[in-house]
Amino acid sequence: MSHDILTSTFAGAIRSGTPLLFATLGEILAERSGILNLGVEGMMLIGAFTGFAVSYTTSNLWLAVVAAMGAAAILASLHAFVSITLKVNQVVSGLALVFLGAGLSGFWGQRFVGIQSVSFVNVKIPLLAEIPFVGNILFNRDPLVYVGYVLAPFIWWYLYKTKYGMNLRAVGEAPGAADARGINVSLTRYIYTIMGGALAGLGGAYLSLAYTSMWVENMTAGRGWIAVVLVIFAIWDPLLAMLGAYLFGGISVLQFGLQVTQTPIPPNIMKMFPYLFTVLVMLFTSSEKMKKRFGAPSALGVPYSREEKT
Amino acid sequence: MKFKTLVIVSMLLAIGLFAFAGPLKIAFVFVGPINDNGWTQAHYEGGVVAVKKAFGDKVQITYIENVPEGAPSLNVLNSLASRGFKLIYATSFGYMNQMVQSAKSHPNTIYEMCAGYKLAPNLGEYFGRMYEPRFLSGLIAGAMTKTNKIGFVAAYAIPEVIRGIDAFTLGVRAVNPKATVHVVWTYSWYDPPVEKEAALSLINSGCDVIAQHQDSPAAVQAAESKGVYAIGYDSPNMGRFGPHAYLTAPIWHWDAFYVPNVKSVLDGTWKSESYWGGMKDGVVGLAPMSKLVPDGVKKLVNAMADEIKSGDFHVFEGPIYDQNGKLRVPAGKIMSDSELLSIQWFVKGVVGKIPKK
Repeated sequence: MSHDILTSTFAGAIRSGTPLLFATLGEILAERSGILNLGVEGMMLIGAFTGFAVSYTTSNLWLAVVAAMGAAAILASLHAFVSITLKVNQVVSGLALVFLGAGLSGFWGQRFVGIQSVSFVNVKIPLLAEIPFVGNILFNRDPLVYVGYVLAPFIWWYLYKTKYGMNLRAVGEAPGAADARGINVSLTRYIYTIMGGALAGLGGAYLSLAYTSMWVENMTAGRGWIAVVLVIFAIWDPLLAMLGAYLFGGISVLQFGLQVTQTPIPPNIMKMFPYLFTVLVMLFTSSEKMKKRFGAPSALGVPYSREEKT
Repeated sequence: MKFKTLVIVSMLLAIGLFAFAGPLKIAFVFVGPINDNGWTQAHYEGGVVAVKKAFGDKVQITYIENVPEGAPSLNVLNSLASRGFKLIYATSFGYMNQMVQSAKSHPNTIYEMCAGYKLAPNLGEYFGRMYEPRFLSGLIAGAMTKTNKIGFVAAYAIPEVIRGIDAFTLGVRAVNPKATVHVVWTYSWYDPPVEKEAALSLINSGCDVIAQHQDSPAAVQAAESKGVYAIGYDSPNMGRFGPHAYLTAPIWHWDAFYVPNVKSVLDGTWKSESYWGGMKDGVVGLAPMSKLVPDGVKKLVNAMADEIKSGDFHVFEGPIYDQNGKLRVPAGKIMSDSELLSIQWFVKGVVGKIPKK
């Protein structure tokens, strides 16, 4: 029986970590370019709603995924416009996005409450799924989980091993220098903020298309905020984000396993751990020396204007 | 002098009559959207829709959705009262203090508060004995389980939820003394992925019937995906999420309260009281049992439902033992309403803990 609890906890960790992973990867892209977008929760909600609405009306799940990403990207472009072109406070604009996303999805979503739509089903990967113990947990999942497996290493490679990734990091660390080298700072920030939004939308779509095949108002229930925390936990690294997302997801599932097996660890304490870890990471990276290597992008949250450099 | 007083009094009376000659203005304050397939929808259908149907032009009804609980609700309540609404229903526990405040400053408006406990001359309370249909759903779960392990996905350890789990377990053990009810707390009323994970963890540990005190159908969906049975809550619509899993659901029929209550206000016989209606009043009930429930079980459940309605059977009649085997309610004694409203212990057969405060 305890073996069952263990495997179901691992399986649950991936299931509940996947939406966090997408949203976190998206926020990493935006923040690496220097744009702090606290509106993840709102973008996920728009994604979850749009995905559900499209899958319900067309029964086409992949179209629904694309629509969800597109809708969240539109919301993100709003944030990009306000914070890059108009140079207003990014925290305020991000928070506005949360309420905008929650409000719009709640309003448009009213007639989609209480109905069931199609859902992604598990696809077994031949051979890999036969590996004892881990095979079934890792390789008998829905397709979006596999997208997550591939996306995190890809973004890592893109960030650290390609010219475009280097430009992106340069814009977030030293926009003045990047500008001097001929990189279009505003355009770069626009692109990655919008891409980040699309990934948040994908995270939301996972909730309404794979996790549960339903839409309810505010169904993200704070996962967007967890993603914002996860970015710091992962010190802006896509591979660590993968680890963190599955870890955070695992802890949220483990609390039920512990309750079922009558293990006397209060769930409230369990729920606290991810945040405790994050604070520890922040302490660890707070020194000047560590900050250079592991800290936030230097220009994070700072609007860039060329005039100020003179 | 006397004549003058008489004139003034009759003038006041005339004004009073004139004021009451129009339709009774009724307002509903809702905590969620009216189409949530759950709590608020049940109040909307049993309140707004049923009252309009029953009284037509005699009433004028408005409702406000998504009103935040606590301090922000005071403005809403006060503005309704000052706009001439004479009867205000608030449908969530979190409005209670604001209802008391607003009732104090608007003595000519009648307030009715759902799930609270404070009374005032112009403030009444109402709620339903949901534990009665929960007991019936327990009978079904006890009869349907093969593993003798039944899961219960529960939101918060408050008396309302604990009472429901206890009543459910008493029902389970009435037909199947070997069965146990395993409780998992989600610490959320409404978080579908979390509710689903909670249900899956119960199913993975061997539970083959999943019951719930949650407002989303995610647990039903989880049961459907794993091929076990599910008992919903709030609304028979939850059955749509698990056609091969759904057995029944304890549900609300608020019209049984709202229609007579509005009538008493129209007739001028309204008085402030704590209303706690049960199956005999029709406020709570069991949704039609699905075709997965065998006829024999249906018969038993219907017979017990009649016993509860007639008052021959009380769910919380002793002997009742708690989780640790201690006799809590001696044979022949029935738990009082105040004991039920504050219950903080599990009956024998529940596996799970009530978190300490």
